[in-house]
Parts: sequence; structure tokens; C-alpha cells
Amino acid sequence: MLEKALKGSPRYWTWISVLVLIIAAGFFAYWRQLNHGLEITGLNRDVTWGLYIAQFTFMVGVAASAVMVVLPYYLHNYKPFGRMVILGECLAISAVIMCMLFIFVDMGQPSRVINVIRFPSPNSLMFWDMMSLMGYLGLNVLISLVVFTSERNQVAPPHWIKPVIILSIPWAVSIHTVTAFLYSGLEARSFWLTAILVPRFLASAFASGPSLLIILSLLLRKFTKFDPGEEALKKLSLIVTYALSVNIFFVAVELFTGLYSDIPEHVHHFQYLFVGLEGKSGLAPAMWLSVSLSLLSLVLLYFPRLRENHKVLPFICGAIIVAVWIEKGLGLVVAGFIPNPLGHVTEYFPSSWETMVTIGVYGIGFLILTGLWKIALTVREEIDAL
Amino acid sequence: MEKDRRDFLKLAGSVLGLGATAPAAALASTGGRPVQEEGTHWAMVVDTRKCQAKEGCTACTDACHLAHNVPKIPEEAHEVKWIWKEKYPQAFPNQVHPYIEDSLRDRNVPVLCNHCERPPCVRVCPTQATFKDEQGIVTIDMHRCIGCRYCIAACPYGSRSFNWKDPRPYLQDIQSDYPTRTKGVVEKCNFCEERLAKGQIPACVEACVTAECGALLFGDLSDPESEVSRLLRTTNTIRRKPNLGTAPSVFYIV
Repeated sequence: MLEKALKGSPRYWTWISVLVLIIAAGFFAYWRQLNHGLEITGLNRDVTWGLYIAQFTFMVGVAASAVMVVLPYYLHNYKPFGRMVILGECLAISAVIMCMLFIFVDMGQPSRVINVIRFPSPNSLMFWDMMSLMGYLGLNVLISLVVFTSERNQVAPPHWIKPVIILSIPWAVSIHTVTAFLYSGLEARSFWLTAILVPRFLASAFASGPSLLIILSLLLRKFTKFDPGEEALKKLSLIVTYALSVNIFFVAVELFTGLYSDIPEHVHHFQYLFVGLEGKSGLAPAMWLSVSLSLLSLVLLYFPRLRENHKVLPFICGAIIVAVWIEKGLGLVVAGFIPNPLGHVTEYFPSSWETMVTIGVYGIGFLILTGLWKIALTVREEIDAL
Repeated sequence: MEKDRRDFLKLAGSVLGLGATAPAAALASTGGRPVQEEGTHWAMVVDTRKCQAKEGCTACTDACHLAHNVPKIPEEAHEVKWIWKEKYPQAFPNQVHPYIEDSLRDRNVPVLCNHCERPPCVRVCPTQATFKDEQGIVTIDMHRCIGCRYCIAACPYGSRSFNWKDPRPYLQDIQSDYPTRTKGVVEKCNFCEERLAKGQIPACVEACVTAECGALLFGDLSDPESEVSRLLRTTNTIRRKPNLGTAPSVFYIV
């Protein structure tokens, strides 16, 4: 089946070449980081996690959000997602691989990363995160392979795959739960020490992941013969509407507890995020942008006519992705470290090397996604032609 | 009360379906290992009044950083520190109010790893590279550390440093009896376990005595007759962020 990814139009190969170039640039930057250490990033003594871990957090959400097409299709037999579901699973596969890569590039000693397996430490949420991500990757590879092969051979998928698919649903929830637990279990960081973090992560994932899926499938429709189906797009945009509403509600709930209680060590982080502390307010413009985009998208989504308009919808989805990316990626991760445990305010801005590595990882993810989707769509076209 | 807490967490672990074995035990200990009940328990008492009396003194930092090959990195963003001074309001953010006495507001407080009895850094380490030894010392196997910096996120005291770059070019006087580090690993105060093994007191404490300051006192908390135990019984001391339940082994007289 893999050979399907190797035959394509000039446009396909141009896209692949662009990705390969991006990946090469990423490798170059990563090579520099390997030689010089993480000093080439914008990270510092006080803010020790940044862009990489923020991307990781965001992409776990995208990976988990595949459940938003898997669940209606397999559990409720919602047929209109029939064409979308394989796209969602492939997106999950590439997103999980990106998550792993983002963790990997963040390691100070990447050659030792196998120590996590050699010395399994159930105390550590990072151990569980690795386990759940690997399990999720395995599940999605298995499911999409089995279901897709049956579809190609035009036979019904084997019965044993059904429980595996059902298992993948709570598993999707688990990967993002564990990711939130990474943060919310730390007494040192009052900003993250909140039970709403898990639901918040899930809600924002289910808003941003399907948004990405909508944009990508509209692009596919434009450039290929693939049509996700009107009904599927409608339903997905409705899912986004609900998830975004819930996410905004959760953020508001968090803000209420943080601000109304007025406990300085809680307030300080929000203060830094939205107005700045000690004259340092580097993230404030991004945070306000995130809030504005979120609210604006929500208002637009509430009008079915706009939500179902395919000229407007991709922009709304883009706005949501940017908003969530800022809110739970950069904002959440970085603000946990500002102020630091001693009350010092040190800011963080990603360096250009760090950004190059990040874009390189996205390049790898999109290359994998392109390959997988190419195979899926080619086979689908062949079946349709029969 | 301590025992009650651990029993409760153990029970909670089972009820949450985490099973009776590893995860439940992990949840129950919530500090990596149970609170020390027997054996040596090294601890330090810092008399901040005496320390303040010698303002500008850097004897402890100098001695420690020399003994452990801690690099002197000029840019603050990438500094590595084992023991250093912070102002009282930074070291004790929960103990500050606008009407605090003048001498406290500007008081220099030596800060270092607290060698917590329930260390969050040990709890989160994904490779057990950081662990608590039988003498209550929280230490790091720098050959096992993968440099994920989860421990830094977990430390409520900012006591851990990461080697953002190769530290060796920043060492003037390399001590051959203590290893240097590579880039990409985390490090921090180790209560001079290598010196304790030889029957010596920590380098900072020794330097403080030599500097005729005597602000640092070190000893075994499990021995009720040790000097630290006696001092703790007779003097009012505080620990940093006691509300977090980490139970530091470094005590402060203010």
C-alpha cells in the first residue's frame, strides 16, 4: 500500500519537496542544539520549558481529538463521518509522532531517553505519558490499518477490531488527561495546580483538533477529488462550537477562582499573562489576541449560516487554532514559570533556532500525514472507480 | 498525623483503582519515598541573623562551587547555582507583609536544596535519576539524568539548575576529586555527600566556620543529642513554604 504515496502529481511532489526542505532546516537547527546544548533556545534558569513543551501539549490535544470523529462513527454508527474517520485517525498518528518528537527535542540528553524505559518510574507522570502516547499510537496504527485494509478488499472489518476501537476512545481521553496531570500535580506551580486543567485541556483539544481537521479536509476538497461530505463538515463545525463554548466557560471558571480568591501566588501568574508583572508583559499581546479570537470565533460559530459557509468556516477554524495554541500552549506552559518560585520575573521568548526546530518537527508531522492521506485517498478513489 | 496521611493516601490509591501495588504505593508515598523514620537524617540550620552580620560574605558559595566544580557562567539566564543568597521576602514569600521589620526586608538568606523529606523532584523524575538516599539526602545520578527538567518544574524552591551548555569552559580550577558535568543534565546541592562519606562536614558549613560567621549548622536530626536537634528544640526556626508539605531538612532562624 505504501507505494501509493510515491506516485503523485507535480503539485504533490512540490508540496513534498517543500516539506523536505523545512525538515532539513529543522535538522540543521537541531544539530546545532545537539552541539551547543539548549542554550540556543530562549529558555533560561527560570523558564525551563517553552516552545517545545507547548507544542507537545497542543499536539496531544490534536491527537486526542480524533475521538470526535471515531466516537460518533463507530459507537453511534454515524455514517456521514465514514470518509472523515480515516483522516482523523491518520491525523492522530502524525500528531502523536509529533508529540514524541517535541519531547525528544526538549531533552538535554536525548541519547539517554531510553532510560525512561530502562528505569520505569510509575511515580512520574512523564512515564505514564510516554506509555499512554505509545499505546495510543499503536492503537491508531492498528485500527486504521485493519479497517482500511478491509475497506480496500471490500470486506467487513474483522470482529475483533471493534473492542480495540472502543478501547481507543477512553484511551484518547487518557492521553490528554495524563498530559494535564503532568502540570496539575505540581505543588510548586500554583498556576497549574488546578483540577480544571484536565477538562480544560480536553475541551480545548476538541475545539482545536476538529478545527484543524476541517481546514485540512477543505484543502483536500480543493486540491484533490476527495469530498468529506457536507453533512460531516456541518457536524464537525457543530462539535467545534460546543467544545469552544465549554472551553471558554472552563477558562472563565478558572479565572474566577484564581482572581476572586485573590491569593497573590495565584493572581501573579494571571497578572503576568494579561497585564504584565514588574513592567514585563511579553505575553500579554498574545493572550489578548487569544481571548479576542476565541470570543469572536464563538460568536461567529453561533450563527449556523456562518458556521456552514465554507468561505468563512476555515477562517473561524484558523482563529480557534491560533487562540487555543496561545492559550494552552505558550500561555499555560510559560506562565507557570513566571514568576519563578522565588518571585523573580524572568521572561521567555522562543529563539529563532528553537523556532526552526519546531517548524522542522511540524514538517515531519505533515510529511507523515501527507503520505498517509495520499494512500488513503488513492485507495478510496480506486474503490470508487470500480 | 503523618501516618494517618499516608494511610489515607494509600487507601485513596486503592479506591481510585490504581491497584494495591506500584501505583498505589507511589501515590501513598507522594514524596518518592516515605518520610524518614530511622537512620541518619542530615539537616541544616541557617542562622540568618549571623549571616546578615557578615553582609557581602560569599564564603559558603565560593567553597561549595569550587568543591563541586560548579561553573561560573556570566549570563544570568544560564547560571548554575548550588547555594546562594536571596533576600528574605524571596526566600519566604509567605512570611512577608508590608510592615515587616526593616532588618528582615533586606536580610540575605542563603538558599540551597532543602533535601525535603517528601521531595517533589524525586516524585516526578521519570528515570529515578534523582532520589533520596538512606541519610535523607536528595541526590542526582548525573549519568542517568535525561535532562527533561521535570524536577525543575516540580521544585518549589528554585533550587535546581540545568546545564544549558557545556559547563567545563567555565571552570577555572577543576577539582579532581569531584566530577565535572556535561551539558544537558540537572544539578544541585548534594549536602556534600562525598565529604560526609569521609567524615567531613559540608564545604559551605566549613567555610562559614572559617569565615568566623558560624551561621550554618549541620548535623543528624535522628540523633536527639546532636547539636542541630538541640538547637531546633530550643530555638524558633522556620522552613521554606511549609504549607506544601515537602518537609525541608533545612531550617532557618530569623
